[in-house]
Amino acid sequence: MSIKDKAYIAGIFEHPTRKADDKSLAQLHAEVAKGALEDAGLAKQDVDGYFCAGDAPGMGPLSMVDYLGLKVRHVDATDTGGSSYILHVGHAAEAIAAGKCRVALITLAGRPRAMGQATGTQPRNLGMATPDAAFEFPYGPTTANMYAMVAMRHMHEFGTTSEQLAWIKVAASHHAQWNPHAMLPNVVTVEEVVSSPMIADPLHRLDCCVISDGGGAIIVAHPDVAKSLKRPRVKVRGAGEAVKHPMGGRIDLTYSGAAWSGPAAFAEAGVTPRDIKYASIYDSFTITVLMQIEDLGFCEKGQGGKFVADGNLISGTGKLPFNTDGGGLCNNHPSNRGGLTKVLEAVRQLRGEAHPKVQVKNCDLAVAHGTGGQLGSRHGSATVILERE
Amino acid sequence: MAQAQDRKIPAPEANPETQAFWDAAARGQLLLKRCKACGELHYYPRAICPFCFSDKTEWEPASGKGKIYSWSVMRRVPVPYAIAYVTLAEGPTMLANIVDCDLDQIRIGQDVRLVFKPTDGGPPVAMFAPA
Repeated sequence: MSIKDKAYIAGIFEHPTRKADDKSLAQLHAEVAKGALEDAGLAKQDVDGYFCAGDAPGMGPLSMVDYLGLKVRHVDATDTGGSSYILHVGHAAEAIAAGKCRVALITLAGRPRAMGQATGTQPRNLGMATPDAAFEFPYGPTTANMYAMVAMRHMHEFGTTSEQLAWIKVAASHHAQWNPHAMLPNVVTVEEVVSSPMIADPLHRLDCCVISDGGGAIIVAHPDVAKSLKRPRVKVRGAGEAVKHPMGGRIDLTYSGAAWSGPAAFAEAGVTPRDIKYASIYDSFTITVLMQIEDLGFCEKGQGGKFVADGNLISGTGKLPFNTDGGGLCNNHPSNRGGLTKVLEAVRQLRGEAHPKVQVKNCDLAVAHGTGGQLGSRHGSATVILERE
Repeated sequence: MAQAQDRKIPAPEANPETQAFWDAAARGQLLLKRCKACGELHYYPRAICPFCFSDKTEWEPASGKGKIYSWSVMRRVPVPYAIAYVTLAEGPTMLANIVDCDLDQIRIGQDVRLVFKPTDGGPPVAMFAPA
């Protein structure tokens, strides 16, 4: 059985806030859920499946199902960090294909900025019962340095430069200038990126994503439901997921889980990277984008630096328009989890509802890909291929 | 020059599966696990081999020699420090800190040697210094 053509993305919503001092976390989840249902033209009573991850307050999905006042027959709180929500699109399509639900709601929200979290530079202890914790936490692994080591190795193996990585931020900033909600709307130059303060060698401040509050929601629906609605139809054509980890000490930082989830999604969709018109690529850091572009097959392994340079990711001029909302690098990275917003901009592009300055012409096939956890150790990867019908 | 400074190291917690590892660390010895069924070494140590799933795993001391596979200096913190993956002479690659050195001189491929550093109320942890 395949999920190909078994489900549609019927509604999306991105919360406009980037600093939510005056709202609760649960409230943000409810506001994005309401927004996505309104976008789809559905009512809360239509929702019979709910999906959330570690950002949702309470035990798994329980508190949020209660708070939102849902009556569901299918739930899934799989947490693979920032990639969760892309994985949830695939899982929702599976549940719909299996007849377990017809209208699935996926929510994400967070307020790390309002809470003043030292995101990215503070080691995270998941508890000493976590089997790896005693062997890693004492060394101060942070989000920043565990991605930085991937960049350092990539530079060593393939000659990738900081200037090449900087082009990824530059492209994102070119897109963000057209997004009225973007946290960093100013266009930046390669020089500005590489001269910004070093956070964790070789990643500079402008190689890092923003820390923002907000959230988003997605409605995945059965084809019969989608066909009854007025919005442009975006079909789920394929999905893949993977977990890559240090493999008992056989560490290889030259590839990510995208090398597994990507080919699985493309195979299910029956398309290749050459067919893709627009790519939403998780951009917690510039190196995250570089690795995923290579691993998804948009260029040869090791050639990512050359591929992204000279504006090749900028919509309208580059070969692979990416993150046309400004991405996590410039627009929004709610709850420090960027997967959900990747799906949102891919859907906007496929609907023809991206900003006119960044809308890709004849955009009929898109990929959304996410990485969650630590690119330099254990991480989840999720890829979905979406098609305009 | 950015000389590595002492940083408060959070204490690792031992459990029944890893007690022998931390007892050895207290004696200044780094242990790996070897699977008697498939012959492979792994790290971090597990009771059941992550490669072949045999439960015939035994402790084996590491020589303490290694090479830096990758590294990064965390700069935007009160006390900058170097995290690294070190590939041991025996094969497995482990996460560690590079210490007792100029942080600006760390390089991939550099030879390093095992040192132990005290933690905040727990057993010492394995780190590496230039060989």
